[in-house]
This record gives sequence, structure tokens and C-alpha cells, in this order.
Amino acid sequence: MTCHDALDFLDDYLDGNLPWGQRIAFGLHLGLCRPCRDYLDGYRKTIEASRKALSEQAVTSCQQLPDEMVQAILAARSQVPHTDRRD
Amino acid sequence: METSTSETETALVAALRAGEPAAYERLVREYGGRILAVCERLLFNREDARDAVQETFLSAFRSLESFDGRSQFATWLHRIAVNASLMKLRTKRRHPEQSIDDLLPTFQSDGHRSDPGSRWTNSAGEISERRETQQLIREKIEGLPESYRNVLILRDIEELDTETVAEMLELSPGAVKVRLHRARQALRTLLEPIFGGASK
Ligand SMILES: [Zn+2]
Repeated sequence: MTCHDALDFLDDYLDGNLPWGQRIAFGLHLGLCRPCRDYLDGYRKTIEASRKALSEQAVTSCQQLPDEMVQAILAARSQVPHTDRRD
Repeated sequence: METSTSETETALVAALRAGEPAAYERLVREYGGRILAVCERLLFNREDARDAVQETFLSAFRSLESFDGRSQFATWLHRIAVNASLMKLRTKRRHPEQSIDDLLPTFQSDGHRSDPGSRWTNSAGEISERRETQQLIREKIEGLPESYRNVLILRDIEELDTETVAEMLELSPGAVKVRLHRARQALRTLLEPIFGGASK
């Protein structure tokens, strides 16, 4: 297995979907290849870091919708046809 | 994690279907913050996100009848929010996308890495703890070509499965997998200057 082949296996490896033969070959390659080990490490950290950077706490300062938005949505709702409304 | 609608949710849905105004307000207040976060993640723009939040709730109000209770109500609403955000993105799409190829690793003819890159000595937690770094990472994600960025966000952040993402983006599951893999690689390249303090 080359580094290029190993790259194609990354996602299946991380998801635990690699058939065992390929898993062994991949593990062997990693054991012998420092650049691929480093690459995998950075790849994992990339996923983790993007989760943190885009977590709910990170993207919204407020956990609640601002009141004026709530009111705007409820006001717009009265324009939505619904069985309970009489026009 | 519950897999189907809880009793509270069932009661809420029933009240919504009955057209009780208090139920609508409860829905918006209870789920609004989470929905806003979803829209902001996909749109990277507060104004657009607000529009998408409004569209999400109006669309949910319109299609309450189609909620069958087999999935969690929150899951159902989450998907509507993702679709509303994607719709917003479609209306805004401007120039043709940049190629992502320059951000992918390169290999020698024998299949070995031509640039081993640097080792990332810090943990993701250490690195992304600081607000400024989180902002920088968000900017890097935003800088990815949209078709890759969307797949990355839907799979890695919104944690939707490949089939669902394929359906939402009108792609084959295979294409979703390829794009996710390329998006993660490209982002890894973009984050290298932030993480890769140690030299080769
Ligand atoms: Zn290798």
C-alpha cells in the first residue's frame, strides 16, 4: 500500500467501515509511515476542531432567539393559511 | 437519545395542529436558538440566517400535517432548517466555484507523499479553545468552495448521514463521500498553519 492508497481509506477507517483485510494493510502502512500517521492525526483534529468552531455555543452568542425575531415569526405566521383561521 | 417523538413533543404537535397560538410561541422559543445556530453555520451571515430561521418556522407551520411522528420532532425541524438554509444559498450563488485541487495532498509517482507536512503537536481542544482561533477556523471553513463546504457541514457538524445529505443536495451517496473526503483534506491544509507549529 502506498500513501496515496492509504489516503483513500481514511474515512472508512475512521468510520470503522474498513473490511478487515484492508484494515490490516492500512494499519501496517501507518505503522511504517510517519507522514501518514501525522496526516491521519491532523485529519482527525481537523474534524474535531471544525466541530468545536461551529458548535452551537460558538456560533450563537444567545441560546435563545431574540424577542423581536420571535414576534416577527409569529406575526408572519398569521399570514400562513391554517384551518383555525377565519379570513 | 430518543429515537421517536417524546410525550412532550407529541403534546406540542397536537396543540400546534389545533392551532393554539401559545403552542406556536412555545415552539419558536424552544427551538429557535438551535435553529438559528444551524442556519448560521450554513450561511455564515446573520441576516441570511435570520431569514432562513423565519422560513424554517413558516415552512414547519405549513407542513405540520406531514410530520408523522416516526422521527423526533426536533430532527424533523432540523431538516427543514437545513433545507431552508440550502435554499437561501441557492438564491445567492454567484460566481463559479474555485477548484479545491490545490488544497489536496500531492504524491510522487511511486505513491509516496511529496510533502509530508508538519506534525500537529497540539490537541484540537487546546487549539480551538480560544475564541479568536475558533473565528479563524470558521473563516477557513467559509473559504472552502460551497459545494464542499455544505457537505462537510452537513456530515461533520449537523451529523446527517450520507443518504440524507445526498438527498438534500441531489447528489449520489458516492459523490457525497468523495466531496466529504476532499473537503476534510482541503480544510486540513487550510488549518495546517494554525495547528502545525512544529516543523517537519
Ligand atoms: Zn504513507
